[in-house]
Amino acid sequence: MMAETRAAFVKLDGVEKHFGAVRALDGVDLEIRAGECVGLVGHNGAGKSTLMNILTGTLEPGSGTISINGAAEGRYSVSRALKLGIRCVFQELSLCPNLSVAENTRINHPSLRGPGWRRRAAALIAQKMDEIFPGHGIDASDIVGDLSIGRRQMVEVARAFTVTDDPLNLVVLDEPTSSLDAHTAGQLLDFVRRFVGAGKSCILISHLLGEVLGNADRIIVMRDGKVVAANDAAAFDRDSLVATMGGAAAARIPAGSNGRKGEIGPVRVKARPARQTNDMELVARSGEIIGLAGLAGNGQTDLLLAIFDAAGGKRSGMEVTAPVALVAGDRQSDGIFPQWSIAQNIGIRSIERMLSGMLISPRREAELAAHWQQKIKIRTPNMNNNILSLSGGNQQKALFARALGSDAKIILMDDPMRGVDIGTKLDVYDLIREEAQNGRTFLWYTTETEELENCNRVYVFHSGRIVANLSRDELTEEKVIQSSFGEVA
Amino acid sequence: MAALLPAGAPSRSGRETARRTRLLRALLPALSLAIVLGAIAWLNPRAISYFGFSLMLNLAIPIALATISQMFVIAGNELDLSIGTFVGFVGCVTATWLHDAPLLGAAVLLGSIAVYALLGALIHLRNLPSIVVTLGMSFVWQGLAILILPKPGGKAPDWLLAVTGFKPPFVPFPIVAALVIAAIVHFGLMRTSYGAVLRGSGGNPAAIARAGWSLLRTKMVLFGLAGLFGVLSGMTLIGITTSADANIGNGYTLLAIAGVILGGGEFMGGRVSPVGAVIGALTLALAASPLLTFMRIPPDWQVAANGAILIVVLAARVLISRREA
Repeated sequence: MMAETRAAFVKLDGVEKHFGAVRALDGVDLEIRAGECVGLVGHNGAGKSTLMNILTGTLEPGSGTISINGAAEGRYSVSRALKLGIRCVFQELSLCPNLSVAENTRINHPSLRGPGWRRRAAALIAQKMDEIFPGHGIDASDIVGDLSIGRRQMVEVARAFTVTDDPLNLVVLDEPTSSLDAHTAGQLLDFVRRFVGAGKSCILISHLLGEVLGNADRIIVMRDGKVVAANDAAAFDRDSLVATMGGAAAARIPAGSNGRKGEIGPVRVKARPARQTNDMELVARSGEIIGLAGLAGNGQTDLLLAIFDAAGGKRSGMEVTAPVALVAGDRQSDGIFPQWSIAQNIGIRSIERMLSGMLISPRREAELAAHWQQKIKIRTPNMNNNILSLSGGNQQKALFARALGSDAKIILMDDPMRGVDIGTKLDVYDLIREEAQNGRTFLWYTTETEELENCNRVYVFHSGRIVANLSRDELTEEKVIQSSFGEVA
Repeated sequence: MAALLPAGAPSRSGRETARRTRLLRALLPALSLAIVLGAIAWLNPRAISYFGFSLMLNLAIPIALATISQMFVIAGNELDLSIGTFVGFVGCVTATWLHDAPLLGAAVLLGSIAVYALLGALIHLRNLPSIVVTLGMSFVWQGLAILILPKPGGKAPDWLLAVTGFKPPFVPFPIVAALVIAAIVHFGLMRTSYGAVLRGSGGNPAAIARAGWSLLRTKMVLFGLAGLFGVLSGMTLIGITTSADANIGNGYTLLAIAGVILGGGEFMGGRVSPVGAVIGALTLALAASPLLTFMRIPPDWQVAANGAILIVVLAARVLISRREA
């Protein structure tokens, strides 16, 4: 049966939403049919999140109509959306870190109450976790705060698919794979295909265009609060998507363009993971971009943190000869100071240089911020605005500015591109290569295999150890994945 | 899927560590209680007896109830600086109106619980800092207490004296009461399905709201429970002391906060433990006066020594949980 012949489950007509003078949504028409997976792409700030917040009832549309199953909805709200079986997995995780996995499941299901609710909640989430992520190794009694960010995302996704009293018809997945490694992301996307195959619907929002192209039936492209294109996925390819989004050209980094020869300087970092049993170690020289790859949570972050600690004092098995700065991946918990302005967030790593007497000179802080606003293109009218006024991608840019604006010669990056749009990514890639030319060293842990193409050399991690050391010329996705599973000698 | 097992191995061991850390932190309050008990046993072995415990833990029950009250407030990421004077206010009502005109007294006490719930609503709706609101309220309660009972006196109702004077066989009453309080609150907050929502409202309020729960309601319930346990604390205090004084509960604010933290709770993030809070309260009650008396510290210095012990105990807790982290 062709998708066109099916009735629309959700239909939005002329939906507008203004925040003050900003037109977040400027008349959006949208149709989601039963049994299809719709990809939604667009730059940060294109209006995707606002649209999804309206669809799930969190925001009220300024004008326009929402109809579900052919019936116009008058008073649409979160509880109404839940009753109709519309759920959303939000990009910022919405789990309670102090509760167990089972208790977090209960939060979403009012019917899990009365004697035995803990057992029922545990069974419900465990069954769904097993279905989506076989071999996940998460127990329903685990406290969410003890889990890694990748596992938290797995719990969050699985929770959205659990069913008790209310029906489940449409799940919005907002960057569901941003913290998952390639293997678990694949498990999730397989599950999504089974889910829509059973007649349900799914909206997949992702900055990983390959993921959208490979899994969506239809793709909707948004730009500046409008839908600019909507067509079968087969009608698009990577380049046409990027062009429609209106972003930078889909220039993939030509192989070897960054493999500069000859100008590599002295050794800056020598480090061995604590669990390393053979004599392999990570060596990074001045001017190099070093990739750390492998499945998420296999010791990459641990090694980065150990190097960061070693810069402060001597540690056995570590040699760090220059100041370091860290770009955190878990923005909300490790990166930003939520009460501070953008300028203060950028300046914190460079306070010594901004001192005048015993006080921080506001002029120098503003200068530093203005320089980096321009250089890394942080989109804000005023750098004195609160950091939370920025979109996720721009917050991450501010964290890059903090590290790159400092005196650090070694920049450690802990999967910093989670949920960042492709325009921002390309800007930052250029900047990283430029800074490496100027002699800085980058250690870059990433869960996105494409990003490794920016690196001079890649170390693959498995079970807390380095298992492979691949130069730029040897690097293929296949090799990385093979080594990630410990299948390579 | 065999390939997945080794891949999951490192994080699994990391989670085991986290689990062990949590267990250790849960045992910490019991450990500090054991140390204080050990010190008392060493200084005065005769104190470790039915009669000794009844005497030493005399005031532990009102302190434990006030600590539980504070724990509910802290579970919602707030702080109650008025609990001490509130306990004093309740004490004055108990020793006067509840004795002379039981209906009026009961109505006033129920009304004061409602006031607590409304304070929760005010703090939530106006987004006010709870420290400011409750600091203000502490003067209101104190003032009301002085109006009701300008000078020390009054008398506890007979039925209340009968309850607090109960002498169970073998196990001293304060210990039985502590076990009952800990069990009931643990069940209510840690095991029931709405308890999970209440704790979640401290852990990630946005997530709770998104799932369709009312944050206004969770805050009102938490503050209402705080009021309820504050009332129970004031009443048992009067049952034990038999008469009231407007300043009788003033020290409880600090003790209640310290008890929650000593019991493994944290100021932010909805991480609290009812069992720990009760143990923390018992520890503080023992460290407060019996231990100091046995150490022959003169009464003039006891308050200062009390504060010093508090700092030492809390510092030890922070040190140990930091080493684990």
